[in-house]
Amino acid sequence: MHRSLSPAVVMTWQIAIDIDLCQGHGVCESEAPELFEVTRDRKVVALVAQPRDQQRRAAEQAVKYCPTRALKIIDQEVTP
Amino acid sequence: MTIIDIPKVSGDDGDTGHLEELRSDPIALMQRVRDECGDVGEFRLADRQVVLLTGADANEVFFRASEEELDQAAAYPFMTPIFGEGVVFDAPPERRREMLHNQSLRDKFMRGHAETIAAEVRSMVEGWDDEGEIDLLDWFAELTIYTSSSCLIGRKFRSELDRRFSELYHDLECGTDALAFVDPYAPIESFRRRDEARRGLVELVEVIMDGRRVAAGRQGAGEDNDLLDVLMSIKHPDGTERFTSDEVTGMFISMMFAGHHTTSGTAAWTLIEMLRNPDVMARVRVELDDMYAAGDEVTYQALREIPNLESSIKEALRLHPPLILLLRVAQTPFEVRGFTVEPGKLVGASPAVSNRIGESFADANSFDPARYIEPREDDIANPWNWIPFGAGRHRCVGAAFAMMQLKSIFCVLLRDWTFEMAQPAGSYQNDHSKMVVQLAQPCTVRYRRRSS
Repeated sequence: MHRSLSPAVVMTWQIAIDIDLCQGHGVCESEAPELFEVTRDRKVVALVAQPRDQQRRAAEQAVKYCPTRALKIIDQEVTP
Repeated sequence: MTIIDIPKVSGDDGDTGHLEELRSDPIALMQRVRDECGDVGEFRLADRQVVLLTGADANEVFFRASEEELDQAAAYPFMTPIFGEGVVFDAPPERRREMLHNQSLRDKFMRGHAETIAAEVRSMVEGWDDEGEIDLLDWFAELTIYTSSSCLIGRKFRSELDRRFSELYHDLECGTDALAFVDPYAPIESFRRRDEARRGLVELVEVIMDGRRVAAGRQGAGEDNDLLDVLMSIKHPDGTERFTSDEVTGMFISMMFAGHHTTSGTAAWTLIEMLRNPDVMARVRVELDDMYAAGDEVTYQALREIPNLESSIKEALRLHPPLILLLRVAQTPFEVRGFTVEPGKLVGASPAVSNRIGESFADANSFDPARYIEPREDDIANPWNWIPFGAGRHRCVGAAFAMMQLKSIFCVLLRDWTFEMAQPAGSYQNDHSKMVVQLAQPCTVRYRRRSS
């Protein structure tokens, strides 16, 4: 039987911030200082647009312990 | 476009509407609003209409609304005589956000707070015999005065407090009769005691301030300054102190208020529910004994990894939320679920009702901490119905601190002590006669030192 060839798929991931929910507690900053900073007006900003896989674990900790559940990791399939 | 009237709940007494029911059985009133009217329904407090929202969709609209749409300032008339004029709820929104977002609640301070709280619990149980009885309301209310003053204002201020402070503070909390929606200064006993208690607290703070003024002249002053020292160091151009003892007391009352009766009540209900559910208590004990056996002290990191205790606290919060009605005032015509709320109306969300909605929580009235364990995670799956801390932009800024504090309290208490109910299991109840919900007395339990 003939199988159609699908193009190779690459998984990437990003962090989504629901800024309505952020209260600037700074837990993410403690867990993943390379990825997050809480600004003077007490809102989180992402420091990198495309985090590296080595930063995944720290990002997951930040998501898990965010007291307002303002962070989410979004996995995406990208066709190169 | 036709404007559809918001459905009104039954039971209006033709006089002050539903005020008397709100003063005696508020949860029954709010549940009836949902049963009769659905997600959006209305009741009446004298000349004010209250639009009560329940259910995930309506709650999300409520919690995502901005301060410019739904304002908190005018929604809690019973707080002004407690905080004092000019404190917190009289300030403009920007300033209020700033003040409420106390620096001491940020994550980097939590590690220190965990140790402070554990030390306060240890010092409270130091005076215990091998066995005895405590009143849960009195005991946890006193403990949480010490923990919140120590963490939010400073250990130095805490060391200058005793039982008198917590007794007066309790009278303040009892001065939150819903009659305040009609007249916050009505001539009733609880309001009289409230005002007397506030004066008493100002006097206690004034004495502490006098002591600080004397100490300031001495050598070595300023070595361990706390918030009171900082406030007293702010001066007018002519050199006099910027804040009076009345204002300082008002600031301290307001800083401690949100975290006091809430934490105290939740600690009591967590213990009561664990005593009513011995299998849950047994699992929590194993978890804590394991933690101690691993050589962990009560540290910030250890407190993060105790899912059985954490789930028990969450479940106590769901069934017995310390705030049963969260209020705002509509500033603009406010759209929700196809209805328009006119400006000036009160808009409410009810943790007591939404936390028990059957579509979100299986077997909603039963105490089941397992609902928070993966993969169920009922709280995360239902962010707009699991609302003991509110939700969205106004979610309790002290939630993380509260959870850490509650875990810390039970880590210390359950290490060396066992507890049992000193009255029938069903006789522990909340007193809903005031807007600040407290445990109804008697509410005693027996403690006994664990044999090693």
